[in-house]
Amino acid sequence: MKVLRPARLVAVLAALGLVLLTAIAIGLAWGPSSVSLREALGVLFDAGSTGPAADIVRRIRLPRVAAGALVGASLSVAGVVFQALLRNPLADPFVLGISGGAALGGVAVLSLGHALGLGAGAVPVAAFGGALATTALLFGAAGVRGRLAATTLLLTGVVFNAFASAAIVFLASLGGMAEGTSIFLWLIGNLASARSELLLPLAALFALGLACALPLSRTLNLLSLGDEAAEQLGISVEIAKRVLLFATALMVGAAVSVSGLIGFVGLIVPHALRLVLGPDHRLLVPASALAGAAFLVVCDAAARSVLPGRELPVGAITALAGGPLFLALMRRQQRRGLIA
Amino acid sequence: MELSGVAVRLGSRAVLAGVNLSVAPGEVVGLLGRNGAGKTTLLRVACGALAPDAGRVLLEGRALASTSRRERARSVALVPQDTQVPFPFSVAEVVLMGRTPHLGWLGFEGAHDLDVARAAMERMGIGALADRSVLTLSGGERQLAIVARALAQQPRLLLLDEPTAFLDLRHRLEVLTVVRELAAAGASALVVSHDLGVAARFCDRLVLLGDGRILASGPPREVLTPDLLRAAFGIEVELGFATDGVPVVVPRALAP
Repeated sequence: MKVLRPARLVAVLAALGLVLLTAIAIGLAWGPSSVSLREALGVLFDAGSTGPAADIVRRIRLPRVAAGALVGASLSVAGVVFQALLRNPLADPFVLGISGGAALGGVAVLSLGHALGLGAGAVPVAAFGGALATTALLFGAAGVRGRLAATTLLLTGVVFNAFASAAIVFLASLGGMAEGTSIFLWLIGNLASARSELLLPLAALFALGLACALPLSRTLNLLSLGDEAAEQLGISVEIAKRVLLFATALMVGAAVSVSGLIGFVGLIVPHALRLVLGPDHRLLVPASALAGAAFLVVCDAAARSVLPGRELPVGAITALAGGPLFLALMRRQQRRGLIA
Repeated sequence: MELSGVAVRLGSRAVLAGVNLSVAPGEVVGLLGRNGAGKTTLLRVACGALAPDAGRVLLEGRALASTSRRERARSVALVPQDTQVPFPFSVAEVVLMGRTPHLGWLGFEGAHDLDVARAAMERMGIGALADRSVLTLSGGERQLAIVARALAQQPRLLLLDEPTAFLDLRHRLEVLTVVRELAAAGASALVVSHDLGVAARFCDRLVLLGDGRILASGPPREVLTPDLLRAAFGIEVELGFATDGVPVVVPRALAP
């Protein structure tokens, strides 16, 4: 009888920790000016190193790698939580409309900011405000007689996302070419504008979300059986759902505010891990944090390096790399008869 | 377990209207009635998932509403009708979920929990399926896994909502034999069933529910009568008796 033992949990997480460390080293080394892996790691572990390479790594690449890791981890943890809460393996962190609200806030500033006298610094603030407002709307609109039903949540999210995209198109057509390009980059998701003063709030919100999701990870297993079944087994379902939704909404809001709509990470990282590690959320939640961070850091390194002299939005890389990887994993599991 | 004067309204409809029902330790009670008669609602009240609008529910002498969810989950287990699982949990993992109300704060199952789960699977005859994904099981096998989960909960009251609906005859008898064994060990069970024959064979007492009220309650011989079944189901039946006196009901036609 194969069940999750603490020893396996520790072993898998340690292995994924090493993967993340490797990804960070790659993220620090790759880029327009080449730095060797050894130099990059040297800067990471030795605060006293100096020279142009150390400067690039410490001042330019380290904040960006940190932002990538935090955004990737936030989106993946939010994805795995939403998939369990909505009892749907196809759910992603953007499905509930929180991202749509954040995007609307961000795009509003990108397109009208000049006229209102707001700089680029206001974009993440407005985006996070949009995420919070959507979350409030979601709790208000989807709650029926004190219960948050999965279908109502999903429908509310789908409707709100459609509304937000329409509003975004409207706002984008008000602005000029320059605004149009920055809106496009933002909607496809990129880390180029992730500034280092955003790292602390991003890290704090990620830590808060993880601190809520980790102790509730076994509860997520039960919630995926359905609300009534979980309640039968002694879980305070409605409280657990609200805590999880609120915490992950903060994570998604923070991630989108910093990087725009980086798609695919929150869908395929949890999904791929479930194919490899099984569906137990006690392992899946922390594993998603580590693997999501590693995945986005490597994708961003690729986004900075594949075209000489220019940079791709990382959102394009996640979909390009993630799609085939995911299909390959799924085919392999199907051949082994592990999934229906 | 004792329900007195239990009434439930959903919207403007009275689903249960003043139901009195008790299940004694060691007793297996069958709950019969047409679709929409209020059987599932009654089970939801009995397990605390639904608070009645009026009436009292006592569990072992204590008001059910005053117990914590965790306490309730340690004494009452429900086998629901719908057992869809969206993720590829293994059978063992699903059965171990039944240990939830007994686990400590860290949420890791100990050796005792594994033993209880293994015994529950063996008892339901699905020990060999322990490592199979529930997504690859047949409807009947999945149902057996859910019954095993309820057994792993080690409840003193077992509520079963049409537990045998997807099961072949052999598996039906297997489930109800296990229910009888639990009753012999002092637990009690309330079983919703549409299979009158199996209900008559395995239940000490049958309760016939119609439009939210109890139409009849008593030993199978007193409840499975043509008049009562016409009133409850709107059907004409032919009634016979097996060699040991258990009633056998054969449906004949719709009642005019």
